[in-house]
Amino acid sequence: MKIKFSQILAHIVLILGVLLMVIPIWLSFASSTHDTVTILKEGMQFGLGDQLTRNYNEVLNEKGGWSEEVTAAKMFINSFIMALGIATLKVIISAMSAYALVYFRFKFAVPIFWLIFITLLVPLEVRIFPSYKIVSDLGLTNSYTGLVLPLVASATATFFFRQFYKTIPDELLESAKLDGANSWRFFIDFLVPLSKTMIAAMFIFMFVYGYSQYLWPLIMTTSEEYWTVVMGMKIIFTESYEGVALPRTAERFAYIILSMIPPVLVVVFLQKWFIKGLIQTEK
Amino acid sequence: MSFLELNKVTKIYPNGTKAVHETSMNVENGEFMVFVGPSGCGKSTLLRMIAGLEDITEGYINLDGILINKVDPSDRDVAMVFQNYALYPHMNVYNNLAYGLKNRGISKEDIEKKVNEAAKLLQISEYLQRKPSMLSGGQRQRVAMGRAIVRNPKIFLFDEPLSNLDAKLRIQMRLEIKKLQQKVGVTSIFVTHDQVEAMTLADRLAVINNGLIEQLGTPIEIYNNPKSMFVAGFIGSPQMNFLEGELINKTLTSEGFEINNVTSDFNGPVILGIRPEHMSQTDKGLINLSVDLVEQLGSDNLIYGEIKNKKDFCFRCPGSQIIKKGSKLSLNINDNNYYVFDKSNGNRVN
Ligand SMILES: Nc1ncnc2c1ncn2[C@@H]1O[C@H](COP(=O)(O)OP(=O)(O)O)[C@@H](O)[C@H]1O
Ligand SMILES: [Mg+2]
Repeated sequence: MKIKFSQILAHIVLILGVLLMVIPIWLSFASSTHDTVTILKEGMQFGLGDQLTRNYNEVLNEKGGWSEEVTAAKMFINSFIMALGIATLKVIISAMSAYALVYFRFKFAVPIFWLIFITLLVPLEVRIFPSYKIVSDLGLTNSYTGLVLPLVASATATFFFRQFYKTIPDELLESAKLDGANSWRFFIDFLVPLSKTMIAAMFIFMFVYGYSQYLWPLIMTTSEEYWTVVMGMKIIFTESYEGVALPRTAERFAYIILSMIPPVLVVVFLQKWFIKGLIQTEK
Repeated sequence: MSFLELNKVTKIYPNGTKAVHETSMNVENGEFMVFVGPSGCGKSTLLRMIAGLEDITEGYINLDGILINKVDPSDRDVAMVFQNYALYPHMNVYNNLAYGLKNRGISKEDIEKKVNEAAKLLQISEYLQRKPSMLSGGQRQRVAMGRAIVRNPKIFLFDEPLSNLDAKLRIQMRLEIKKLQQKVGVTSIFVTHDQVEAMTLADRLAVINNGLIEQLGTPIEIYNNPKSMFVAGFIGSPQMNFLEGELINKTLTSEGFEINNVTSDFNGPVILGIRPEHMSQTDKGLINLSVDLVEQLGSDNLIYGEIKNKKDFCFRCPGSQIIKKGSKLSLNINDNNYYVFDKSNGNRVN
């Protein structure tokens, strides 16, 4: 078999890309198996050390925070719940609002769509104080509901679902109607299965978005019980040394590696769906 | 009372297009009705109003004794086959057929029985587990038909279902649709712009032009007795020849010949219509044709030529007759088979 130069070039580029992605992760992982002193003295480590079990044990079980009550495991769970809630609700709400916008030809559907679209210009960070005020007035600070709710509206996902629904031929709806499907059944029996791929993709994006929220949980939570992973990264595993808080670097690396697991799992799990959707593309 | 009654049905689209004008007609139980007309004449709109996919601007539609103007399409118990089939892409053939039954709350065993029966009738039993994307055009067509049949609806509606097929398959499917309809006996309305399809399928035929029914009747009635120039030109292939002329005191003068004793009291400019198949060669005929072109179809020859000022005049003769380009033919009209139309409005006057 003759291998073309362009193929070799393509592979080189791809390999470089892979290395670029993998090396930092490997560095973090390798470093997480050493002790903090080594890392502070010698910088990040390429080779594996012998502190793996100790570091990871410590991360998972040690209680941190001001009141020494929250564990990393708890924070993973919090973040997971928050991200899951945000992603699920975002997908459901966007899919449904796009359905309303495309299929129920009510007056002002187009202006309403653009109104939704404009909210892209007003991300949470911009409206964080009014949002906080509302959530605290509702008594939702320090609750999962408060963590999730202000983030569930999504113009982006609504937009993508809308564009997708518009490509579905009208005859499909008409045919379904004549087959006795009402609006609800059409949504469940047609739009949801047809947009499986889109749902999987949106879910992945929105999960990662929810998982990496920093500012909102920081403001929203005073109780350590609701701390999330990204917040925790800064706060826990510091050691008081002559009155100065010093980071415990090795444990932090272990923490970083562990914190990657939930989103990676989601991606791996949904990717199967995602690719299945791509292979079985329907005309 | 008829099975389906349209009473002064009018459709005006929101943008002001008047697609259907005060159309009234009846369709009897078990009848195969065909709407035929050129593209954009409002056939689909009329069909879609019967299906409930378009609102009726004015007038009434009764189906099986029930006023259905305001009945939801899902409650009308009608089935429609679309031009692009509109199969459900994410469901296999079995579920495509079963979906309408499921929505009607029919038991699983009954659904299975009905689907298998319909599949057998349409010879798609082998494909029940396949997705529509894995079927050929003809098979998809059958699935679309199956989806309509399996529900045993009050009425079948077809909107140009054959126009996406190649010519050979179209003729085959046309035949199958007709046979199937006779077997199942369901009242059907079939929309097409193809007059051959219309003629072959219809028990009765509605020729539609500009949102109006120009003529309603059996195919042979319409062929023999077109009421207007539009219908005469639309039905029949090759198309009827139209010649300019003048009718005065029952004598018609046209491109170099005269016809006496025309059965009409009309006086004035007219259009004379003669079908290519309604003429034959004689010694001293009425019409002198100089042949420009011969199309040999095997069974027939189509002869195109010039008579005085009229080009592309068509004459049809048996394929056994050998006619050369450049020759001169002398033709007579058989049995006074000609049509005279008022030139000003196209209405038949003889
Ligand atoms: N949704 C619509 N809005 C406005 N005008 C329409 C619509 N659908 C069809 N029309 C117009 O109505 C007329 C009849 O259309 P249609 O019933 O589709 O014709 P046909 O099926 O005979 O080709 C056409 O002039 C077409 O442009
Ligand atoms: Mg049409």
